[in-house]
Amino acid sequence: MLAYVVRRLGQSVLVLLGVSVIVFGLLHLTGDPTRLLLPLEAREEDVRQLRALLGLDDPLWLQYVRFLGHALRGDFGLSFKHQLPALTLIFQTLPATLELTAAGLTVALVVAVPAGVLAALRRNSALDALCSVGVLLGQAMPVYWLGLLLILVFAVQLGWFPAAGRDGLASLVLPAVALGAFSMARIARMTRSGMLEVLAQDYVRTAHAAGLRAFVVTYKYALKNAAIPLVTVVGLEFGILLGGAVITETIFAWPGVGRLAVDAIFSRDYPLVQAIVAVLATVFVLINLAMDLLYTYLDPRIVFVRSRG
Amino acid sequence: MPPPLLAVERLQTHFPTSRGVLRAVDGVSFTLERGEVLGLVGESGCGKSVTSLSIMRLVPPPGRIAAGRVLFEGEDLFAKDDEAMRRVRGARIAMVFQEPMTSLNPVFSIGDQIAGAVLAHAGGGRRAAWEHGVAMLDQVQMPSPRQRARDFPHQLSGGLRQRAMIALALASGPAVLIADEPTTALDVTIQAQILDLLRRLQAERGMAVLLITHDLGVVAELCHRVAVIYAGRIVEIAPVRSLFARPLHPYTRGLLQCLPHPSRFGQPLTTIEGVPPDLRQVTAGCRFAPRCVHVIASCRTTEPALEEREPGHFVACPVLR
Repeated sequence: MLAYVVRRLGQSVLVLLGVSVIVFGLLHLTGDPTRLLLPLEAREEDVRQLRALLGLDDPLWLQYVRFLGHALRGDFGLSFKHQLPALTLIFQTLPATLELTAAGLTVALVVAVPAGVLAALRRNSALDALCSVGVLLGQAMPVYWLGLLLILVFAVQLGWFPAAGRDGLASLVLPAVALGAFSMARIARMTRSGMLEVLAQDYVRTAHAAGLRAFVVTYKYALKNAAIPLVTVVGLEFGILLGGAVITETIFAWPGVGRLAVDAIFSRDYPLVQAIVAVLATVFVLINLAMDLLYTYLDPRIVFVRSRG
Repeated sequence: MPPPLLAVERLQTHFPTSRGVLRAVDGVSFTLERGEVLGLVGESGCGKSVTSLSIMRLVPPPGRIAAGRVLFEGEDLFAKDDEAMRRVRGARIAMVFQEPMTSLNPVFSIGDQIAGAVLAHAGGGRRAAWEHGVAMLDQVQMPSPRQRARDFPHQLSGGLRQRAMIALALASGPAVLIADEPTTALDVTIQAQILDLLRRLQAERGMAVLLITHDLGVVAELCHRVAVIYAGRIVEIAPVRSLFARPLHPYTRGLLQCLPHPSRFGQPLTTIEGVPPDLRQVTAGCRFAPRCVHVIASCRTTEPALEEREPGHFVACPVLR
């Protein structure tokens, strides 16, 4: 088990190194950064001076090592626009994004898993059909459209929830629903098909034959098996939701990293963009790592197979 | 004379298919006495397993019990509500399945699974249930049961898995154990060990066993009585000695002749010509008639009933004497 954790940690470090190369490249992909940083009418001498100052005359590998060294210490430079350390800005906004993403995922799981289980238990019933329609709607609706629709109905007409901003639990509801709807649909579909497969297994019959309560058989014995593929999806969904938060945050004026990123891109605030990409990628990698470790808890066969193979 | 522990009466279990109703079990009746081992023998698809699942009311949909009764300790199991039936399963009538790999849950340790079965009936704490599980593993001669209880099914060999399965089935001390081909998936040497174990546990606990098998060798070793089932019907039922000494149904004779025997060494094995009938298209008369070498005209028109030829020896064939 320990060997597996160490190996997965090592893999995560490798992935993050790859991410650092891409983030480093971002600045260079867009051409000569000094040209972007300086006004168009800047003199050639000023350009040379800034280039020397930023260390852009050095060989690329040296620049990368320097960048990595700084990044490891959490130094991505000052945001051009805010004149504050980029990481400080992110840490001010990251909690809001994580809160929204977690809420979106929670909404998705709380609705989707029971719905998927019920649909599987009553296969081909009216309830199952209703779930299928819900899944179709959830997957077909773009988040910006659903977001606007939610604002229109629940904020403007009914006035139940605030339309924008981050101010208490009520303000979290609409963005979380908008963000979670797509994942909800996917998770419900996965849960249903997973449960259908598991419920037909011999060990479910064994559990019934041993006189276990139907509730226990379904939600403990069967669901734990069906949860194995689900964990992968949920891990991926979390990443998708982090990305999806960019749109949702913009619609609901949610003060998160997503909105910060959109702002940074529009204002060509490169250090900030670099820092955001690096931090989100790290969060994503860590979540995937956590999911893999959760996997070994859910399915004891995994460590066994790999450590033998 | 007290009523039998378990009485299956004119059981019919049907599966609707796109090409008509499949009568997997079509009027099966037998009894099981306390402490008795009854073998239910027949070839694949003859309705043995469906009979056992019907007794447990675990016929997989769309299959359904169409008619008949199952009386357990005088009570009709088919008349019970779901919760009452749940309290019978595992606690009073338990079941061991053929394939211990797929019949045990892969993501729970065997100790957890046994403890879960104990808790379903006895209540009490998890700790006590776990300890009971360890004791059960000890009873089925699982080596180092305390450590093994933490193992998952994939960490055990086939034989140990089947021991765990038996421990799970017996955890609540059932009066009847239904063993559905308990040794079919195992190596021959392991088969012998599991049969020994079943025999010992049966004797110690005095429980009744319904042993479902297609292996006549297993029947001869373990059973007191044996019922031969063909195409969803019982064709012969007799004490095991009587059946092996004097089989009265042509199908039973055919089955016994199929067994390899030292006196026929070097000769090809005997087979019964033909195949079992399509259970969706049941015709009048004896179902074995198309394959029977002793067939007479009336066989094709009149369904033969079970009649007692010798004490306790019933057969559904009027031709052979």
